[in-house]
Amino acid sequence: MRDTLGQVYHLARRSVVRQARQPANVVAPIIFPLGLLAVNSGGLQPATAIPGFPTDRFVAFALAIPFMQGALFATMNAGTDLARDIQTGFLNRLSLTPVRGVALVVGQLAGVAFVATIQAVVYVLVAYAVHVHPAAGAAGVVVLLGLAIAIAIGFGAAGVFMALRTGSGESVQGLFPVLFVFLLVSSMNFPRNLIEAGWFRWLATVNPVSYLIEGLRSLIIEGWNGEALALAFAFSGILIALSLVASGFALRTRMTRT
Amino acid sequence: MRAVRDFRNVAFAVGWRTIHNVLHNPSLLIPGMVFPLLNFVAFAGGLSRLRHIPGFDYPPGYAGFQFCFVLLQSAAFGGVFTGFGIARDFEYGFSRRLMLASTRRSGVIAGYAIGALVRWLITSVAVTAVAVIAGMRIKGSPVDLAGLWVLAIMVNFAFLCWACGIAMRFQSVQAGPIMQTPVFLLLFFAPVYVPLKLLQGWIHAVATGNPITQLLEANRSLLAGQPAHVGVAYLVAVGLILGLSAWAVLSLRHAEASG
Repeated sequence: MRDTLGQVYHLARRSVVRQARQPANVVAPIIFPLGLLAVNSGGLQPATAIPGFPTDRFVAFALAIPFMQGALFATMNAGTDLARDIQTGFLNRLSLTPVRGVALVVGQLAGVAFVATIQAVVYVLVAYAVHVHPAAGAAGVVVLLGLAIAIAIGFGAAGVFMALRTGSGESVQGLFPVLFVFLLVSSMNFPRNLIEAGWFRWLATVNPVSYLIEGLRSLIIEGWNGEALALAFAFSGILIALSLVASGFALRTRMTRT
Repeated sequence: MRAVRDFRNVAFAVGWRTIHNVLHNPSLLIPGMVFPLLNFVAFAGGLSRLRHIPGFDYPPGYAGFQFCFVLLQSAAFGGVFTGFGIARDFEYGFSRRLMLASTRRSGVIAGYAIGALVRWLITSVAVTAVAVIAGMRIKGSPVDLAGLWVLAIMVNFAFLCWACGIAMRFQSVQAGPIMQTPVFLLLFFAPVYVPLKLLQGWIHAVATGNPITQLLEANRSLLAGQPAHVGVAYLVAVGLILGLSAWAVLSLRHAEASG
């Protein structure tokens, strides 16, 4: 157990240092979502005039989206870094050591958690800067950060799985649009109950990403909504569990191949 | 006369090659087609309730309102995606051989423009079909619609010139973000979701000064059969073409000079 924790520590440290040494990996997931937030909150502000819209400031409504977009970037970063390790033979050399698979995956996710924490703190600061005060208060901000990190780890684990499965950074990058579809077809821009097109409302309802967004959003514009938070944590937990199990199988196959 | 023939030969050869590459490689064709379609689905499907906002009155419906944006977006990105191919040609050394073999090198830009146009026409057919299925009501006459499509073709050519210029300067696919980010920002700082008159605050000021706004509002008026400010939009499009084609030609000279 102590050996495994030691392995996790060393690989996590490597992952964090690696992220910190690639400013593009940290800056892009912050700048791009904030740019989109500015555009969408300006362009969609008139939507708040629709009866039943849950807030009178669209920027407050849309603030949950950067957390999700940041998580998607985490998928790409974690996956691309691991794929590079596979392509450069680092994983091959690692497989000759007594390092355990769980240490490799958890260590990789430490870098994701590191970037996700920075992102989430920046987004919260931006919220206060534009006079959006999370309705759930200071404790809500802590839960918001926790949920954001959990979501990023879930997507990061999915990125790790993709990297182990494909072994190619290009393939991992190519999957970005596929994941982005989940974001587009969700309650990202409108509350589900106000979506007019029935087929789109159905798609948004069966899309787990809607519940992740709604959990984050509830803390900002509603306060404490137990159902929204429970669903968000449940879906992020399921995503983490499924991705880790899939990564475990993929890692076993990858190690056998090497 | 010979100069015209040389120009035409080079343009058609490069154009044919670009079209052939795109049609035989789904990874080049599909993203350019799927990206605008997804945007259309997300905007027209997810935001259609915006048509109930006081002051929003658009006869072709919200699907038509978004169609005009997505058509222009697909036209602009049709040019940008072709720019990626030009950069790849430089990376692989093909452009160097192309420059050596071309008797009239400005025909190279025209050839890429032909490729970008055909590529976008394929996408535009798909976008139009989906928009009609989604309930877009076409109120404009055939002349209005022709005007709408010609504006989109001009946008396609203008942004092909932009991307071509970047590709010839940097000669690397790594310049991709420089090609697409400004185009993306220009497009999204236009009145994408609601008409200009309903925008408020800083976004209204930015959208008012954005040349894409003129094109978008004119296209929407043409689809609705109520042409407004179309002449201004055509002037803006001509200005974009003149400016960006000069940029492309200068970049071509730069590429020639750098060997």
